[in-house]
Amino acid sequence: MSVAQTLGKQPTAADAADAAVTLSASRPSLARRTKNRIASGAVVCAVALAAIPLALVIWAALTRGIERLDLALFTNSMWGVVGQGGGLLHALVGTLLVTGATALIAIPLGLAAAIYLTEYGGQRKLAGITRRAVDIMVSIPSIVAGLAAYALFSLLLGPGTRSGLAGAVALAMIMIPVVVRSSEEVLRLVPGDLREAGLALGSPRWRVIRKIVLPTALPGLTAGAVLGVARIIGETAPLLLVAGFTDAMNYNLAEGRMATLPVFIYTQWSSKGLDTAAYDQRAWAGALVLMAVVVVLQLAARALPPQIAKLRRNR
Amino acid sequence: MRAAAVAVSLVLVGVLVFLAVKGSPAFTAGAGELPAHAANFWALAGPLAFGSLWVAVIALVFAALPAIGVALAATIYAPSPRFGRFLGAVLDLLAAVPSVVFGLWGLMVLAPAMVPIYEWLHRYLGWLPFFSGQPSVTGRTVLTAGMVVAVMILPIMAAICRESFALTPPALIEAAYALGATRWEMVRTAVLPVARSGIVAGGMLGLGRALGETMAVAMVLSAIPDLISVNLISSQNPSTIAQFIASTFPESTGSQVSALIALGLVLFAISLAVSVVGRRVAQQGVSR
Repeated sequence: MSVAQTLGKQPTAADAADAAVTLSASRPSLARRTKNRIASGAVVCAVALAAIPLALVIWAALTRGIERLDLALFTNSMWGVVGQGGGLLHALVGTLLVTGATALIAIPLGLAAAIYLTEYGGQRKLAGITRRAVDIMVSIPSIVAGLAAYALFSLLLGPGTRSGLAGAVALAMIMIPVVVRSSEEVLRLVPGDLREAGLALGSPRWRVIRKIVLPTALPGLTAGAVLGVARIIGETAPLLLVAGFTDAMNYNLAEGRMATLPVFIYTQWSSKGLDTAAYDQRAWAGALVLMAVVVVLQLAARALPPQIAKLRRNR
Repeated sequence: MRAAAVAVSLVLVGVLVFLAVKGSPAFTAGAGELPAHAANFWALAGPLAFGSLWVAVIALVFAALPAIGVALAATIYAPSPRFGRFLGAVLDLLAAVPSVVFGLWGLMVLAPAMVPIYEWLHRYLGWLPFFSGQPSVTGRTVLTAGMVVAVMILPIMAAICRESFALTPPALIEAAYALGATRWEMVRTAVLPVARSGIVAGGMLGLGRALGETMAVAMVLSAIPDLISVNLISSQNPSTIAQFIASTFPESTGSQVSALIALGLVLFAISLAVSVVGRRVAQQGVSR
């Protein structure tokens, strides 16, 4: 590209490179061009390497999961089923209950902590301690959260107890730091001018937060909460430890083992009956349902961000 | 609000206290009280900690270069910002696939597909300790497990790398081009040196994730708890802490449970150490 051609628009770095090449009237040597080509090829290969497993997993879940994706899957539990038939209704109900309870614990607590960090904490010692605690909690492996919930409930109720509520407590330990971080990030995007305008009009701080900060940040906060739910809804290990598994329906979070979708998938594989094909089919059907739920949650969270972007531009 | 901040900190304290209270008997427990017929706690924890690190390092080796490549594709090499965003969405989706689904896939699709490759590796590279001995006929080896975990940690590593590549000062990029650098020379001399701490931090974060990964390893790996081996393709593989806890816990009682809880503490300590190192490196990069 000639200099005259670039005059009309803002020259880019690539234009500058072109100009340099034109000026010196020589292209980079063959060895350098080959290296450049190899690097570009490697980058394309890397993208393929990342995309291929995703495509293969989705393909496997679709083709193998579709075999048992019938109405009976959603209307039956596994109670009394040893071969063909049966369904995952009990696991679906369990996942809804446990995830709902987790969200009820983690979202209010995480949001309140994030409000403290952005609106009240400042440089105070407690804010520093809380941030440090959140940093450490992020690195808790999920199975360790399960063990901690098990230890808590066995201290309270005696050893060996398993319940949906214990599962929710374990998942909350994983979700709280996620909610705190995403909420804090969004709350920081709310322009300081808005807060100052409210305070200058004589509103007390809590009123500024309730009437100005939270409504402005609401889309971002919702997106963060939905992504938090998407993050924990596929968690298996902690639920395997503390919620256990069962073939029967259980609507009571506080008592008894409760099946969940991820644990259903695991146990369909781990404790098979004689008719192994039926168990494999149910496992894949469960995987397909779980992935569909996660994708829907991700898309829902993605539908919100324009509002955050607007906030970003205002800053 | 203050109460919530205190509560969040107390949750962490609670986790440590509950684990310590229920796990502490295991540290002094003798033979017969521990799972897997271990003589004492450290004889149990040692090989498992080796297995956790071994699988995590294999995963890191597989995931590191693709993660950097994907991050470059999403920033420097992206033909348009839209392509970068699309790639980001694909990575988010990959990160959101539940580990139990990866486990199922690794076990039923990837493992059988790897068997001929393992036989080939054994035939031509069998003189290396990694590929000696009879290769597994099921494909459920430590190498397969490491590959599955690699797929799972790739998105998080790519995300961190992408962030640090995007922070390269445009002046550096343009200066490199102005000196006649090709795109690769620009990346090598301007982007990668600036982003080095970000790349290391992403790697440490991925390593931490890999250490704690439970279900995929529990389903894919056919393991022996007290084995230390660097063989990648054998049917006899070391186990990992997380896998051992998940597979043993449902049938354990009493002192065995406290041993598993103590193992959880050890795993927590290891992954905390990794993440602290990662954060140090990242902060060094920021302050520089």
